[in-house]
Parts: sequence; C-alpha cells; structure tokens
Amino acid sequence: MSTDVTGPATRTHRYEWPAFEGVWNREFTLFKRYWASTTFSSIVQPTIYLLAFGLGVGTMVDVAGGTAYVEFVGTGTVATAVLFSSAFPGMFNTYVRRVFQRTYDAVLAAPVSVDELVTAEGSWIALKAGVYGTVPIIVTFFFGLAPSWGMLTIPFIAFLTGLGFAYFGMWVSAVVKTIDSFTYVTSAVLTPLFLLAGTFFPIANLPQWAQVLAQFNPLYHCVKLVRDASFHWFPVEDLYHLSVLVVFALITWGLALGSLRGKLID
Amino acid sequence: MSTTALELRDVVKSFGPLTAVDGLSLAIPRGIVLGLLGPNGAGKSTTMRMLTGQAIADSGEINVLGLDIPAESKTARGRMGVVPQQDNLDTELTVVQNLAMFAVLYRVGRRRRRDAVDRALALAQLTDRADAKVTELSGGMKRRLLIARGLVHDPELILLDEPTVGLDPQVRQDVWTLIDALRSEGKTILMSTHYIEEAERLADDVAVMSHGKVVAQGAPLALLSEHVGTEATEFYGPPDRLADVESRAQAAGLVTRRTGPSVSVLGSESAPTAVLAGLGDGVGRAANLEDVFVLLTGERLE
Repeated sequence: MSTDVTGPATRTHRYEWPAFEGVWNREFTLFKRYWASTTFSSIVQPTIYLLAFGLGVGTMVDVAGGTAYVEFVGTGTVATAVLFSSAFPGMFNTYVRRVFQRTYDAVLAAPVSVDELVTAEGSWIALKAGVYGTVPIIVTFFFGLAPSWGMLTIPFIAFLTGLGFAYFGMWVSAVVKTIDSFTYVTSAVLTPLFLLAGTFFPIANLPQWAQVLAQFNPLYHCVKLVRDASFHWFPVEDLYHLSVLVVFALITWGLALGSLRGKLID
Repeated sequence: MSTTALELRDVVKSFGPLTAVDGLSLAIPRGIVLGLLGPNGAGKSTTMRMLTGQAIADSGEINVLGLDIPAESKTARGRMGVVPQQDNLDTELTVVQNLAMFAVLYRVGRRRRRDAVDRALALAQLTDRADAKVTELSGGMKRRLLIARGLVHDPELILLDEPTVGLDPQVRQDVWTLIDALRSEGKTILMSTHYIEEAERLADDVAVMSHGKVVAQGAPLALLSEHVGTEATEFYGPPDRLADVESRAQAAGLVTRRTGPSVSVLGSESAPTAVLAGLGDGVGRAANLEDVFVLLTGERLE
C-alpha cells in the first residue's frame, strides 16, 4: 500500500459490543415509537386462536395429549405467537429497510459490519418473540392453567425458536425478488409449519408420514418443549427438542448472513 | 500524521458486464474539499461505496486515513462521515432521535453524546426543529439533517455523495453554506457532484471522472488554465453558421465545443484578434469547468 499514508492500525473484531449496542439502541428507539401496534398484532392474533380453539373446540373436546384442551392449546399457541412475532418481522422489516428505506445502508456506513447488523437485528426480533411468546401462557392462566417452575424457561424457549424464525425470515427477505413473493412463503411454508406443529391437535393422531414430517418442523419442537416445561420434563427428549431448535437457529443464522452479505455489499 | 487522507490505486469494480470503475487512481490530501465531477454513471457513487467497504473492488488498492479497505473498513468508517445521495433517514422519528441513534452507532461516548447531538444540530441549523418529526421537515432541512447525521461523531473525513441533487436553488445555497462551514473547519471532504457550479464554488481540487476513471485532477483554475484558458467566445446562429464558425476556428488551430445552440471557441483570450474577428460577432464569457469536462471526455454533464 501507499507509503506516505499512515495512521492507526486499530484492528477490529468480527463481533464488537458497541456495534450491537448501536443496532439495538436504534431498534429500541424505533420500538418506543411502534410498540403499541407491534405488540397488538403480535399478541392479539395468537390470543384469538387460543380463545377460538380453546373455548370453541374445547366445548367438544375435553382432553388432548393428556391435558385439558384449553391448556393444550394455550401451551401450543406459544409457538404461534413466536412465529408471528419473528418470521414476519424478519421478512418484512428486513426487506423494507434494505430495499425501500435503505436504512441498512445508513447503518453500514457506521462502524457496523453486515454480520453484526444481521445478528443484532435477528436477536432483537427474537427478544421480542421471547416476550410475546409468553402471552398465551399468561392468558391461559385465566382458564385454569396451573403455574409451574418449568414455565420460567418458556421465554427462553420462545427466544430460541424466535431466533431461528427471525433469521429464516431475514434469509427469505434476501432471496425473494419482490416483496409480493412473501405470499408464497407464508402460504407454502409457514402455514403448513403452523398447522403441523401440534398446537391444536396431537401429532400422534396424524398419519405416520405426517409424524415424520413434524420432526423437521421447529415449531413442533417448540410446542413440545413448552408443554414439557409446563407439565412435566422428559430430559432426554427435551434435550433433543432443544438441540433441534439450536441447530435450526444456527442454520438459518448462517443462511441469513450469507444471503444478506451478498445483498448489502456490492 | 500523513498529508494524504485517502488514496485509490488502479481500482477496478465491475457489475457483471458493466465496468463501473475502471482503473481509478486518486489521492486526496488532508484538509481540502475534492470535487469528484462526472455525469451520472461515471462511477462516482460506486467509488464512494468502495471507500466505506460497502462495495468491494475487484482489483486495486484503497487506503483511507491510513487504513486498508476493505480489511479495516469498520475502523475507517468510525473516522469518516458518510452522507448518501438518497435520503435514508428514519422518517417517523424526530430530528434529535435520528442524530442520537447515530451517535450511538458511531460509538460516541455516553457522556459526550448530548454535546455531539447539540453540535450537529447547530451545524445544520436545526436546533429549533430538534423535536420535529422528519416527515415534518422541508426537503432542504432533511438534507441538512442527513449531513448532520454523518457529522455527529465529528469525523476526520466526510464523503458527500451528490449533496444537492434534486434540491431547488435556494435550498442548494443553504447546503453549500453548510459545506463551506465544514471546509472552514479544515475537514477533508470528498464530494461527488455533476453540478459544475457546485464543484467550482466548493472544491479546492476537482477530479474529472468519466467512464470509471479520473481523466484530470487539479485546482479549478489550474484545470482551466491547462486545458481551456480563461475565456471563451460563444457564437450563435443557424446550424450552417455554427458549422462554418467551427470549421474556420479549428482550421486556425483553435479549440471549439458545441454548447447547445452555440459554438464556443475556447482559450479565446490567446486567439489572434484577426481570426476571432473573422468568425463574426461573438459573446465573451469566462471559461468554466464544463468546458474542461466536455473537452476531456466528449460527454455532457446533464
């Protein structure tokens, strides 16, 4: 390099706390502006599902999976709340900020790398999913669900599941050609995952092939973990469910990083 | 401390079959405003993005404030302020929130943030609009806020990408005043523009860019003196007359260029009086950077 150009050779690390602080601070500032609408949409929809299925179908079905149906649905709806509060912001917010608002260009003009931006954005979405995911449990308390110590892990389970789906949404936002393409993802991917998660009916009642497919559905593992946390732990099985969620988050994180690096750096 | 703020050597950047930057070499001393003058598509914005590491050069070397780009681009970005061509403010937030967010992103220390924001507000003359939402600002205020956002951490180097594009003349003057104030503070500024007047008024040095490379660089007066002299004489008339003036002037060894409905004879201050008189009635004017640009590139700026 040029010999007449000198300056500090301060090396930066791949992930630095101040970059995360900057991105999270930005998100928090935006959240203070939008919290009411964001919270409303993230909470109301799963709560409606809970009420409709729990109280509606619950009049016809007393017990499912060995528990009262309303409790069965209440614990399962955690996964629904997580899905709505992670995959959708991951897709829409990321796409809008990258393509329409170009705010990611502004952030990346500061000392923030794409990896830090993507990781911080996904973890912020997951943090919200961790909070919103607990709401169905709180609502179900009013329908007779008994609190238990294991339930204290539910925010963490929701966070971990939200992390995977946030990065999944961010990855999708980078690979679609237009924002309209999200319709295909919602209909062909997220809706089947949502229905095949064991939220509203036990997976064990489905055909064998559907039970096998459910093993590849992170929402199913989220539902299983939440129910076990609420009613009774099964250490070996739950470690397996936890591992699936960790692997899912790692895979989608990698996909999001790779695809968004390509979109944000020319 | 080195006298060079940034340097590019033989930098090439292609997008598929399009070569946006084609062997660009450029060095900018500290403490000056360098105007990167060229038409749309000349490679100015791509060059700006490469300086911040938001575009990666296919080949060549880039050094900013003594740091290799892109390897040390994150550190370099902490010491430079970037003002993009397109408005990417957070529109639903207030002026002060926009600045405060970026003070954190630019790692301004917690105790200094308030002062940094206040200073940026004052610089952009937006102190009395600090609590206004961005959507409530005029176009000129938004552009000033965009500049203030890039200055909130008091950077050593400022990259301004087409800072007044799309603004009306009065607002453009306001932005020029702001840039001039930064120049007075001794900041190093790289400003891309396709406005001749902007480059002439604000730039200490001008780099003329065409098809992804710099074809000339120097102080505006030096560029004029070297390439087109200090005066030009414009001749008007129907196409036949313009063609006649053009051919006779060129036959006499003079340099000409078409300027819309006229022909300009460049360097007319040193042209033989008899030759000029023989071309008929013409109107004298000062030579400008557009003359230089057109002469060197054969292109028009707008």
